[in-house]
Amino acid sequence: MSARVRTAAAAGVVGLAALVSGAALAQDAPPIKVGILHSLSGTMAISETTLKDVMLMLIDRQNAAGGVLGRPLEAVVVDPASNWPLFAEKARELIEQDEVAVVFGCWTSVSRKSVLPVFEELNGLLFYPVQYEGEESSRNVFYTGAAPNQQAIPAVEYLMSEDGGAAERWVLLGTDYVYPRTTNKILRAFLNANGITDADIFENYTPFGHSDWQTIVGQVKAFASAGKRTAVVSTINGDANVPFYKELANQGISAEDIPVVAFSVGEEELAGLDTAPLVGHLAAWNYFMSVDTEDNADFIDAWLDFIGDDARVTNDPMEAHYIGFNMWVQAVSQAGTTDVDAVRQAMYGQRARNLTGGVAVMNTNHHLSKPVLIGEIQDDGQFETVWSTDGVVVGDAWSDYIPESAKLTADWTYPWVCGNCEAPRFPVTAE
Amino acid sequence: MRTVPVRPGPAVPCGLPAAARPIVRLCLVALVLLAFAVPAGATTDDDQFAAAVDALALGSYNDRVAAIEALAALGDPRAVAVLEALMARDLYTRKDTGAVVIGAPADSRRQVRPVDPVTGTIGEPVRTRSLAKIRVNNRVRRAIRSALGALTLADPEPARRLDAAQAVFTARDPDQLVPVRRALEHEADPDVRAALVQAAAAIELAAGSPAERLAAIAVLAESSDPAVQALLSERLLDRDGAPVEPDDEVRAAAADALDRIEQRIAMWRLVGDVYRGVSLGSVLLLAAIGLAITFGVMGVINMAHGEMVMLGAYTTFVLQDAIRTHAPGLFDWSLLIAVPLAFAVAGLVGIAIERGVIRFLYGRPLETLLATWGLSLILQQAVRTVFGPTNREVGTPDWMQGAFETAAGITLTYNRLVIIVFALAVFAVLLAVIRKSAFGLEMRAVTQNRRMASAMGIRTGWVDALTFGLGSGIAGIAGVALSQIDNVSPNLGQSYIVDSFMVVVFGGVGNLWGTLAGALSLGVANKLLEPTVGPVLGKILVLVAIILFIQKRPRGLFALKGRAVEA
Repeated sequence: MSARVRTAAAAGVVGLAALVSGAALAQDAPPIKVGILHSLSGTMAISETTLKDVMLMLIDRQNAAGGVLGRPLEAVVVDPASNWPLFAEKARELIEQDEVAVVFGCWTSVSRKSVLPVFEELNGLLFYPVQYEGEESSRNVFYTGAAPNQQAIPAVEYLMSEDGGAAERWVLLGTDYVYPRTTNKILRAFLNANGITDADIFENYTPFGHSDWQTIVGQVKAFASAGKRTAVVSTINGDANVPFYKELANQGISAEDIPVVAFSVGEEELAGLDTAPLVGHLAAWNYFMSVDTEDNADFIDAWLDFIGDDARVTNDPMEAHYIGFNMWVQAVSQAGTTDVDAVRQAMYGQRARNLTGGVAVMNTNHHLSKPVLIGEIQDDGQFETVWSTDGVVVGDAWSDYIPESAKLTADWTYPWVCGNCEAPRFPVTAE
Repeated sequence: MRTVPVRPGPAVPCGLPAAARPIVRLCLVALVLLAFAVPAGATTDDDQFAAAVDALALGSYNDRVAAIEALAALGDPRAVAVLEALMARDLYTRKDTGAVVIGAPADSRRQVRPVDPVTGTIGEPVRTRSLAKIRVNNRVRRAIRSALGALTLADPEPARRLDAAQAVFTARDPDQLVPVRRALEHEADPDVRAALVQAAAAIELAAGSPAERLAAIAVLAESSDPAVQALLSERLLDRDGAPVEPDDEVRAAAADALDRIEQRIAMWRLVGDVYRGVSLGSVLLLAAIGLAITFGVMGVINMAHGEMVMLGAYTTFVLQDAIRTHAPGLFDWSLLIAVPLAFAVAGLVGIAIERGVIRFLYGRPLETLLATWGLSLILQQAVRTVFGPTNREVGTPDWMQGAFETAAGITLTYNRLVIIVFALAVFAVLLAVIRKSAFGLEMRAVTQNRRMASAMGIRTGWVDALTFGLGSGIAGIAGVALSQIDNVSPNLGQSYIVDSFMVVVFGGVGNLWGTLAGALSLGVANKLLEPTVGPVLGKILVLVAIILFIQKRPRGLFALKGRAVEA
C-alpha cells in the first residue's frame, strides 16, 4: 500500500468514524485498542456520554496524525449503564477479552472504587478524569481530575478572602455519598483550622436526584441571616443541581448575599438552565470553556465540528481526558510499547499542555499538577474567571487536613513504591 | 470617546492683524473644534466625573470598590447609568484609546455602540473584540448595589426605590441617614416608606443617641424579618458573647424586641413548612393520581407509569421548541397548550401498551410487573436515543417566575403555587369524570363486576383500554407540571414511581379521595420532619411509618368496603 493512499486516508476529514480511518492504517499493523468505560445509559449518562464522545474525537485526531508507534488506535466502547457492579464486569471484559492497552473511564467515585480491584488484579491502566475526594492512589490509576487541594481548598480560601466576600459562616451542602462526605470532612477540618467554629458550619446531605429544595434553601436563608457573611459550598452531584439552582433563583438568593460555590457544576450542567438569576454564583475547576487561549479555541472548534452541534459546550473532565490522552500517547511513544509497566514508568514527569495555558505535569503520586481557576456564572451559561492560582498546584492524594491521612505518602517511585505508606517500602539505609 | 475640555490660552495668536490669513484660518478651525469639544456647561465637574469613571477600569477588585464609592460620593446623576452598565457587564475600556465607554446594543451581536459616559454621545458601532470588558465579581457588585442605593433613593420607579431602601438597610452607612430622612419626607408608596423607616432605624441603632436607639428598637420590633433579628442580636452580644450595647435600658428593650421577633419568625417558619408540605403533596398527588386509576381502579401494577410522566414532560419540551421557532408570541401559553397535547400523547401510548401487552396479562400480577418494567426501560432508552442523554430545558413562562415574599423571609414561589392549584384542578376534573360521565359509570361497572357489565352490553375490553389510557394521560399531564420543577431527562419518571405507589397504597387502593389525603399527608409529614432530621432520614422515617401503618390497616387510609372488595 502506497504512502500516498495511507496519508490520504489518515488525513481524512475529522468526524470520520475511528474504524474507517483505523482500517486504512490497519493494513500495516494491528491496531492498539483503547477502552472507553463511560455510562451511556442510566443516571450518569447525562455526564458520561460527552466523555465517550470526546475520547472518540481524540482517537480520531490521533489516527489522522498517524496513530501511535505507527499503529492506528481503535476505540472499544462499552456501556456500564450507571450500574456500579457492571463497571467491574465491563472493566474485566475490556482487559481480559478485548485486551485493551489502556482504559479511559468512570465518573462517580463509587464506580471507580468498583473497578479498582479489577485493574489492580489484572494490572490494567485506568485514566480517571473527574475531580474527586482524594484519599486514594492506586498503582493502576492515573487521576487527571482535581484532588481536593486543587479545587475545594482554593475555592474556600477565595471565599474567605476579601475579594471573595470574606465569608465567616459556611453551609456545606452535598449529595449523600462518598465524595461529598469526604470533601466536607476535609473542608470542616480546614475551616476549623482557620478559626471557624462548628456553630458557624451547617452541613446537610440529600439523596441522589433530590428535587424538592424548598426546605433546604429556606434553611440556608435562615442560617445566613445571623449577621455574618455566609457562603455555600455545594458538592451536590448530577441532576439534583438543576432544581437546586432553580429554587435559589426563585427564592431570590443572589450571589451578592449568599454566594454558592460548586465543585460538580460545569458548563454541561448549566446547559439545562436559565442562568440569568444565577450570575455571580461560583465554580472551582481547572478549566473553563471561556478561557481565552489558542489551544482552547482549537479544541472547542474541533469538538463542535466533531459533534456537529454548535450549542454544545466543553467542560473540565473533557480537558482532563485531553491531557490524560496526550500524556498516554507521549508515554507510549517514549516507552516504545503499550506494556502497562513500561508506560507507567514513562508517565512520571510526563508533561502536556493545558487548554488554559501552561503545562500539566504527571507526578509520582499519579496526580497532576494543574492550575486552579475560580469562575462566576454569567448570563450566557459560561463562567468568567475571577481568580486563578499563579502557577500550578500539585495534586495531593492524601489530605493534610485529616490527621490520619496527613501521615501518608503516595509515591510510586523508588524508594517509596507505595500509594499509602508512612515509610518507604525500600528504606535507604545510611552507610 | 471622551472629550477633554481645552481652554484657549495665550499661545493661540488669534488677535493678529488680518494680514496673517493662514493663521486666522487655523484659528477658526481651532475655535470650531473648541465649540464642539467643550459642551455647554462644561466645568471642572466633568473632569472630576471623568476621572472617577476612568478609575473604575484600573487596578484590582479592591481598587474598583474604592473607585465605585468615590464615584457615588460625587452624587452625579450620570453615575447611575455608569454603575448600572458596570453591574450588567456593559462597561468597557477601548483597547485603542483606553477610554471607558458604556456598550449599547448594536445590530450585530459582535458589535456594540460605545456611549460616552460623560457626554452621553453615542458613537459608531465598534467590534466587541476591540473593547476590554471591565471585570466585576460579587464583592464589586455588592459595592455597586449599595452605591446605587444612595443614588436611586429618589428614582421615579417605586420598585427601584424599594431596592435602594433595602440596600441602605444592608449597608447601614451613617452618611446615608440624611438622604433617607429627606426621601421619607415625600415618599408616598407605603412599602417603600416602611423599608425607609426600617433603614433609618437600622442606621440609628448603630450610630444614634440612647433615646434614638430606643426609638429605633421600637420601630424594628414590629418587623418579622430575619435580617432585623440578626441586627438586634448583633447589637446585644458580639461574637465573643460580650454585650455590645452600653445602655441597660436599651439593652433590655432590644432583648424584649428580639424575643417578640423570634416568636413571630417561629410561627412563620411553621406556616412555611406546612406550605412546602402541601406543595410536595401536590407534586405527589399529580404523579400518583394517574396510578390511582391504572393500579387503584384496574389493579394493573404499571411500572411504566413514571415513563408516561416523562413522555408528558418531553411533549412539553417539543411543543415549546416548536413555539419558539414558529410562534414566539405564544410562549407564555405554551404550558396550557401542552396540557391537552401531553394528555393525548401519553394516553395514546397507554392505550397501545394496554392493547399490546397488558390485556394478555390480566390476573397475572407478577408477569405484568416484569413486562411493564421492561417497557419502562425500552421507553427510557428510546427517549435517550431520540433526544439525547442530556437534560432538556423547558422554559418557565413569565407568569410562573418569581416568588411572593411573606414576612419572616418565607418565600412562596409562584411555580409551586401554580402546581398546587393545577393538581387540585386535575383531581376535581378526574373525580367529575368518574362520578358524572357515562364513561365513568362504565368504568366503575367493569371494575366492580366485569361479567355483569359485559352481560349489560358494555364492551369491557374497550373500557379497559380507555381506562388505562385515561390513567396514562393524567400521568402525561403531571409531566407538564413536573417539567417546571424537575429535570426533563429520560430518568424523570424513575424518581416518582416509588413515591406514587406509596401514595396510592397508603391512601387506599381504589379510592381517589384516599390518594388526595395520602399525598397531602405524606408531603406535610416529610416537610415537617425535614428541618430537624434532614431529608434522607426524614424520608426513611416516613417510609417506616407507612410500613407500620400498612401492617395495622392493610387497605390504607380509606379502604373500599362492601362486596366489590371481595370480587
